[in-house]
Amino acid sequence: MSTGKLQVTTPSEREIAMTRVFDAPRSLVFDAWTKPELLKRWLGVRGGWTFAVCEVDLKVGGAYRFVWRGPDGKEMGMGGVYREIVRPERLVATEKFDDPWYEGEALDTTVFVEQGGKTTVTTTVLYASREVRDAVLKTPMERGVAESYDKLDEVLASIA
Amino acid sequence: MAPDRLDATFAALADPTRRAILARLASGQASVTELAEPFAMSQPAVSKHLKVLERAGLISRSRDAQRRPRRLEAVPLAEATAWLERYRRFWEGNYQRLDALLDELKVKRKKRGRSKRKGR
Repeated sequence: MSTGKLQVTTPSEREIAMTRVFDAPRSLVFDAWTKPELLKRWLGVRGGWTFAVCEVDLKVGGAYRFVWRGPDGKEMGMGGVYREIVRPERLVATEKFDDPWYEGEALDTTVFVEQGGKTTVTTTVLYASREVRDAVLKTPMERGVAESYDKLDEVLASIA
Repeated sequence: MAPDRLDATFAALADPTRRAILARLASGQASVTELAEPFAMSQPAVSKHLKVLERAGLISRSRDAQRRPRRLEAVPLAEATAWLERYRRFWEGNYQRLDALLDELKVKRKKRGRSKRKGR
């Protein structure tokens, strides 16, 4: 059951934030965010894209590694390191793409707040500079339509 | 779209009064006096908001008309919202799959709770 619309905002000049309510206790939502067998079911798997690699070492300093494979065999990879883990409340991790379409690492902070059996999830992506965030904002605008949609999938998957 | 302009656009859209002004202008051009009417705000305060919207390229004013009505500039607004909308749609797809998965997990958890109780 869907419990509300996803909100996307730009809270500061270096950030992009997303908020969404899920109709489930946060212990389950946190699991869905951190267990490979669950991540494989929802994150970026659409239009023939599936996980080729989905590894999570859920500890501070531990790494995660995601590789998606498209219907034409094309692969897209990303990964990072967990900086903060407060189960089931808060998750902070770096993110970096194999094929770097933006410079440096971004920092993802995901906060899980439970109320009345529902969980509000807010993911904030902090980029290294305003220029980097602007490059992220700009990417889908500057390419041809078809290519931009392909690339957008990559762009968006990287925010995870 | 130039990154600076996109930045200015998002900053301009962050304020509820400015969004209300844009909504008003979407139904036709209006003078500063007309725009100030629905808000409990002085004309100079409204003018400040109009300046922010103008700098972001979201509105413009007719130079020749005496009352210099403001009008909406649709393109920058459409560019900014189209970007956010595509981004939102991608993530909404992910999250709808997650909704279905969470429903499944809740059912499993309930069943497990029930069988545990039975076993006791």
